[in-house]
Amino acid sequence: MIALLRRELLLAARHPADTLAAVLFFLLVTALFPFGVGPSPEALARLAPGALLAAALLAALLPLDRLFGAEAEDGSLDQLLLSGLSGMQITTVKAAGHWLTTGAPLLMATPVAGAMLNLPVEAWGVAVLALGLATLFLSFVGTAGAALTLGARRGGVLLPLLVLPLAIPAIIFGAAGIEAAASGLPARPFLLLLGALVAAALPLAPLAAGAALRTD
Amino acid sequence: MAVVRGERVVFAGLSFRVAPGEALLLTGPNGAGKSTLLRALAGLVPLAEGEMLWAGEDALAEPAEHAARLRYLAHAEALKPSLTVAENLRFWASRWGGDIGAALEAVALAPLAELPARMLSAGQKRRLALARLALAPCALWLLDEPSVGLDTASVARFGDLLARHRAAGGAVLAATHVPLPLPGARELRLEPAA
Repeated sequence: MIALLRRELLLAARHPADTLAAVLFFLLVTALFPFGVGPSPEALARLAPGALLAAALLAALLPLDRLFGAEAEDGSLDQLLLSGLSGMQITTVKAAGHWLTTGAPLLMATPVAGAMLNLPVEAWGVAVLALGLATLFLSFVGTAGAALTLGARRGGVLLPLLVLPLAIPAIIFGAAGIEAAASGLPARPFLLLLGALVAAALPLAPLAAGAALRTD
Repeated sequence: MAVVRGERVVFAGLSFRVAPGEALLLTGPNGAGKSTLLRALAGLVPLAEGEMLWAGEDALAEPAEHAARLRYLAHAEALKPSLTVAENLRFWASRWGGDIGAALEAVALAPLAELPARMLSAGQKRRLALARLALAPCALWLLDEPSVGLDTASVARFGDLLARHRAAGGAVLAATHVPLPLPGARELRLEPAA
């Protein structure tokens, strides 16, 4: 599994534009809010938690439809399924690779995005944590979605329709946590709930994804 | 055994056995189900009917175990264009063991080891896919038109690989339209199902 993860990261390092595209998409979407809402700092700060999470999840969704698509097209997926790794192991690595190459870079851009949305500096730390957990959740649920829609016509459209509704709890708890931190309240309960979501997705999503890959 | 894809019966009523060291050529017109048969034998396509036995026991009872005793060479080379020739083999060497340098030597790609795979010609890509077979010994090779795009010298080297594999007790199943360097191979002709 480590060898497969190393291969994933090496491939991502050879295509830095993919990671950069997700980060830039995240920053651009958050930059659109000040234009749309107008220059009122209070209104922006009110919107900031939800906008940050929605933008981050959409950005993390971008590379998902190529997660298995590229492997299936060049024949690598068949070879991976015959590599002796179980479907669950393969999809766990895929999800982890997706988070490391898409979710984690978004965290570094979070302070910039937070500043554009006038998020109080006190809440930045919680914002990074909440986005980290929410994107981790999306990586795993999204991997299951990508495995399920693999080979479907218009899979690229089907995937967000399948995955985004499942991400609603992550948005609710994440945004509530950031909001609590911004108004000086403890964010811990919300982050714990978010962590519980991740803990549930960590084993279940690869299980579903692995089964979907096998029966393709 | 039989395989059904969608609503269509690809083949049915097929039965054969292959002994260690033996070679079986799958021939037949396009669409006769040669590739599907190989994929079914690899466990990538479910059998609609019949069973596949390995030394008398259900071969697919343990999919990972079955995968470990075979190598499958498909039409698609399964190469990553942005990785170098050697890097393309690294993951597989970590799974199966074997020496990357020796495997590249066997297909005469050693001088190109540090070149990105996207720079390779079609025939060289094919040879790199063949190098995966040369990494480590295993019991069964499933080859789907393995010699497509190879020049005469490469076919001869491929013949050496095949001979070494069979001498070590490995079996070969190869779908092909052209003669392969497999002396003494039996032939199984597939006809398109009506």
